[in-house]
Amino acid sequence: MTDAIVVEGARKRYGDKQALDGLGLVVGGGTVHGLLGPNGAGKTTTVRILATLLRHDEGLVRVAGFDVRTHAADVRRRIGLLGQHAAVDEELGGRQNLEMFGRLHHLGARRAGARADELLERFGLADTGRKPVKRYSGGMRRRLDLAASLITEPAVLFLDEPTTGLDPRGRGEVWESVRSLVGGGTTVLLTTQYLEEADQLADRISVVDRGRVVADGTADELKARVGGDRIDVVLRDARRLDEATKLLPGSEVSVDRDRRRVSAPVTDRMAALAETVRALEAAGIEAEDIALRRPTLDEVFLHLTGGREQATEVAA
Amino acid sequence: MSAAYVMSDCWTMTRRELAHWARQPVQVVVGLIFPIMMLLMFGYLVGGGRGIEGEYVDFLVPGMLTLTMVFGLEGTMTAVTQDLDKGVIDRFRSMPMADGAVLVGRSVADMIQSATGLLLMTGVGYVIGWRAHGGFVAFLGAMGLLLLLRFAMLWIGIHLAMIAGRAELVQAVQILVWPIGFLSNAFAVPESMPGWLGTVVAWNPMSATATAVRDLFGNPGGEPGHVVAAVVWPLVLLAVFFPLAVRKFRRLSV
Ligand SMILES: Nc1ncnc2c1ncn2[C@@H]1O[C@H](COP(=O)(O)OP(=O)(O)OP(=O)(O)O)[C@@H](O)[C@H]1O
Ligand SMILES: [Mg+2]
Repeated sequence: MTDAIVVEGARKRYGDKQALDGLGLVVGGGTVHGLLGPNGAGKTTTVRILATLLRHDEGLVRVAGFDVRTHAADVRRRIGLLGQHAAVDEELGGRQNLEMFGRLHHLGARRAGARADELLERFGLADTGRKPVKRYSGGMRRRLDLAASLITEPAVLFLDEPTTGLDPRGRGEVWESVRSLVGGGTTVLLTTQYLEEADQLADRISVVDRGRVVADGTADELKARVGGDRIDVVLRDARRLDEATKLLPGSEVSVDRDRRRVSAPVTDRMAALAETVRALEAAGIEAEDIALRRPTLDEVFLHLTGGREQATEVAA
Repeated sequence: MSAAYVMSDCWTMTRRELAHWARQPVQVVVGLIFPIMMLLMFGYLVGGGRGIEGEYVDFLVPGMLTLTMVFGLEGTMTAVTQDLDKGVIDRFRSMPMADGAVLVGRSVADMIQSATGLLLMTGVGYVIGWRAHGGFVAFLGAMGLLLLLRFAMLWIGIHLAMIAGRAELVQAVQILVWPIGFLSNAFAVPESMPGWLGTVVAWNPMSATATAVRDLFGNPGGEPGHVVAAVVWPLVLLAVFFPLAVRKFRRLSV
């Protein structure tokens, strides 16, 4: 299958701020690609360039086989966009919005109306009537926004932080919609700060930081890059966390006080497990749980983006 | 893109503006009442009419109609600035629709509003004693000149809104519109003003429209031969600002 999105050496500058600094990206047709990065990494800038809303200064950017700079109209016919902020008319109702977008896709009045009803039904907005969008809840607005980006079942769909600000139920609904779309052959580029979201939805992930891709691969490949397994020990008594920290192997031990947990990377799984159990027993520290596991994407993310401020917040 | 699609997109965007009106009728009514209040204020409270032959109201009404067309620039600018701030513009710009359709929708709606405003004002003018003596065709011609001026102001307003982009700058323009509107022959004849001021006033494009409209209405202050200037001036402004505005819209935030 041909590549749906190709970005090579993209640069974009705002004044003296280099927002994209040679970003590269290849997304195969019919796959979900996650763009993962902290605040200000350049995710929205990338999406806006791909969606023909912003011009890049340098580099090659192709969507569905068309150069976004020279063939913007061809690109626009093949994409759907769910921006970071709602892009629907707040004064109008949900149906009015979708019908308007359908007409602008040149479906004609009748089909635009029918498509609007279909999408309202599918996204659980059928009973919103004439209520203006500005009186919708955050979740309803996000669902309408998503419906608006799906009027013509686009070949390539951009989702910029689609679930930010949604409750777990709303998030689940959006995930469900994305999965069913991909079943229909749509290519999805998804930006997110939620590592779990990338892990759940994306076939491949690019980690972006300061306008560049610092790592990419499948979730498993990325986890492997941070180094092998980790050992987690949950204590019964939080007061003994500091002592336990000294007992774990290696120098990269991290502590999660809320969960009474210490965690460290290990190379030899079984030896490390045996050693830790022995050391805890000798010190008389009671463990509630001891487990060996792969690193989480959180840890991958922290590791790859150099554990900057924002990244720490995300993980915390 | 085919002409049919362009027309259809422009119509869809006009419908959007009309739908906004339907949801905010009070705002629409206030917008129509304001020029009528101005007319009554100048007619009854401010008075004036130095050096004018005949009834002042016959001089004032065409002047106020012209002034209202010029002040329409503010309304357009405010509306465009507010609209551009909205997320929905991003969706329009990422869709396969005709380049200027969003702006055309705005302009058609504004023209409908202005035409309605003109009719209301002439009605109120009639009630306070103003009369047109030029016949029906001349009346329509005068309306046409006024709306042409409005159309030119509209695209200047759209362009300014896009280059200014911020509410504070809109305010600056709103303030500047007043001296430009008043440095015309809307309320007084240039001959009654100090020499330099009279020259500025005589050259104000708006004065050309006011003089031509007065002539067509058979009102005092009208002079034959100004119709050409009243057609050419707005067309020149349009030739400059229409393409600039459409181009700027496509390249917004680029
Ligand atoms: N219009 C603009 N003018 C100036 N700087 C900008 C503009 N838009 C973005 N930036 C800067 O460019 C960088 C990249 O921004 P971008 O919005 O792409 O990041 P992001 O990864 O989407 O972040 P977030 O997670 O906060 O949405 C940031 O440093 C941001 O401050
Ligand atoms: Mg962003």
